[in-house]
Amino acid sequence: MKTLNHSRTHARVAAMSLLLLMLVAPPAWSAMLFVTNERGNTVTVLDSTTLKTIKTIPTGQRPRGIVAGPQGKWVYVCVGDSNRIDVIDVAKLAVTRQLPSGADPELLAVSNDGGRVYIANEDNSQVTVLEAMTGKVLAQIPVGSEPEGMRVSPNNQITVATAEGSSLVHFIDNKTLKLVATVLVGARPRVATFTPDGRYVWASSEVGGTVSVIDAGTHQVVQTISFAIPGMRAEFIQPVDITMSKDGSQAFIALGPANHVAVVNTKTYKVSDYIIVGQRPWHMALSPDGSKLYVVNGFTNDVTVVDAKSLKPEVSVPVGRLPWGIAVVP
Amino acid sequence: MRRGIVTIVAALLASTLAAASSATPAVKAGASGSAAKSSEVVTHYAYLGKAYREPAPLSLLKPAVIPDEGLAGVRLGTNYNNQAGKFLGLKFVLDETMVPEDGDVVVAAKKLLASGQHLIIADLKAPDLLAVADLPEAKGAIILNIRARDDVLRQTQCRPDVFHLVPSDAMLTDALAQYLVWKKWTRWFLVRGQHPADIEYANDITRSAKLYGAKIVAERAYELQTGARRVDTGYQEIQTQMPMLTRGIPDYDVAFVADETNSFGLYLQYRTTDPRPVVGTDGLEATAWGAAYESYAAQTLHDDFLKLANREITVRDYEGWLAANLLNMAVQQGNARTVDAIRKYITSDGLKLSGYKGEGMNFRSWDNQLRQPILLMDQLSLVSVSPQPGFLHAVYNTDTLGFDQPQSQCKFSK
Repeated sequence: MKTLNHSRTHARVAAMSLLLLMLVAPPAWSAMLFVTNERGNTVTVLDSTTLKTIKTIPTGQRPRGIVAGPQGKWVYVCVGDSNRIDVIDVAKLAVTRQLPSGADPELLAVSNDGGRVYIANEDNSQVTVLEAMTGKVLAQIPVGSEPEGMRVSPNNQITVATAEGSSLVHFIDNKTLKLVATVLVGARPRVATFTPDGRYVWASSEVGGTVSVIDAGTHQVVQTISFAIPGMRAEFIQPVDITMSKDGSQAFIALGPANHVAVVNTKTYKVSDYIIVGQRPWHMALSPDGSKLYVVNGFTNDVTVVDAKSLKPEVSVPVGRLPWGIAVVP
Repeated sequence: MRRGIVTIVAALLASTLAAASSATPAVKAGASGSAAKSSEVVTHYAYLGKAYREPAPLSLLKPAVIPDEGLAGVRLGTNYNNQAGKFLGLKFVLDETMVPEDGDVVVAAKKLLASGQHLIIADLKAPDLLAVADLPEAKGAIILNIRARDDVLRQTQCRPDVFHLVPSDAMLTDALAQYLVWKKWTRWFLVRGQHPADIEYANDITRSAKLYGAKIVAERAYELQTGARRVDTGYQEIQTQMPMLTRGIPDYDVAFVADETNSFGLYLQYRTTDPRPVVGTDGLEATAWGAAYESYAAQTLHDDFLKLANREITVRDYEGWLAANLLNMAVQQGNARTVDAIRKYITSDGLKLSGYKGEGMNFRSWDNQLRQPILLMDQLSLVSVSPQPGFLHAVYNTDTLGFDQPQSQCKFSK
């Protein structure tokens, strides 16, 4: 009896402490958010649970595009005015390496195995492909003017690059590192991204005010999506970043000076909602479990956390000066 | 060999398009385009400028003469057009005509039109621009004004074939007025030169003051002619002259200067009797472009321009670049293959011309003026962009600048 009682008490204590632990421990999806501050020359690191700043990391001049490597060990930051990539070691939360990027890198993409970095050189109309660890230049591919948006396909075989000044989306074969197709879209495309199944590429046209959906197999534009917010001037609707929901059923599109994020059904291409966020939202990212959408607002110097299910903005968290891009590390 | 504006080398394409182009001699099938690929679509357009003799800027940091001003911008735009075009089978060919100082613009224009050139980027002053537009053979052409800011070209002397990329003087003074009213600097001292252009700009300042509820507390004219910009120890004369010009004025907030011919405006700053900022054609200027503006990737344009022309970009260079970009958009985005199709595209309300101003821009239907945000800059930095917050319009906020439809005196139908 005594023994039994004893062990029962033990069990009770153990259960209690487990409960306590569950109360104080962060939820399973706790992650780190890395936000580039274009004016501040820093990266703000936020804890996704507490939404408190863990660290502010100094970088080179004008940090904009930021992408986390697939293993979550490295975060790559384009520092355009320093003409290089700063690489943050996630364990140390400091820039520990630099990569030569070519002139004025704006945005980049990392291959799905983490081995390669694809960089848009805004100022000299090319895409630079590097080995992620050594910085060895594998190719420099001529594209249209002002390349910006970069994304690698889910199967790792194709990289898409937008040329903002030429209104083009280029498809690059990652084996040959040559262009396989070039597609005309609306004026000033800034971001191109694949649907999770890899079948379509969505490209935003900032001045055109539209999003073009390109069939990744035939390279034809199959749909052009327009936006209209009641009471909002059409010229303020300037789509920039496109983030797909985790299941691929919805696309979130940041509309810049319209201060909203559009929600688009990826089957019907209908806009189902406009979420109000801070001022001049450009780039966004999803939490690892897909439950939250983080929207970076350039003019209000903050990040709006949106519940990806209810589509309600929950809170806005201050970061540095003129925040631009965001990367999430689980 | 060139006959049409848009030469479709592929015979198949040309035959389908020729029918749609009956109104203008724009498409020529099977022309022996120089190095054209088999399915390339070639668009020809012309730059028409004149080496006018103009007073040099007062600042010695500014070049006295820029021989390729305006033209260099069109060249850069053409490079951009071909940069994109090479991926799409589109080619753009620029035909350059620079009339010498003593030359005749009309003769040059007739030659261009006779060669079949109906897309003309006009870097001309108002009288020459009108003389070209009024040529019978220019009817149906598209003439893109990249230089003349004269209000009259948007009002009683508007022409259906002339499209104004460059803002009017009225747009510029309205842009400044909105900012000054927003600052609550509403008492203006108007100082102007003697040149007709100075008087016109001064009239615009008065018009903007009325429109935005500012008060012109005094108006004075600077009497002396433009002199040499380099004079040994010339600063001493200026130091005594400018206080004389600005003495005994009722209390005011800003000196609003109208000096289009660079005779004294720069010298007002720091030399007025009362310590007041200078705005207008000097000091804080309203302008379509400035080399210190860098938003919306504008720096890329500046960098590319410097590489091409080996000098700083000017507002005329920007307008030239914008004209080339407009024609590119019509051909590339609008799939236009004839002059009429280009006109249809650029006169559509759906036009979204990109010009590093964030928003897409289009033309006012009542006077062919491009709607656009206006930059407020000093020589070294961007101060603001108008329209200012709170100055709203029922359709386009940019229509708060210059002549809105109710004030328009333009009648296109003859």
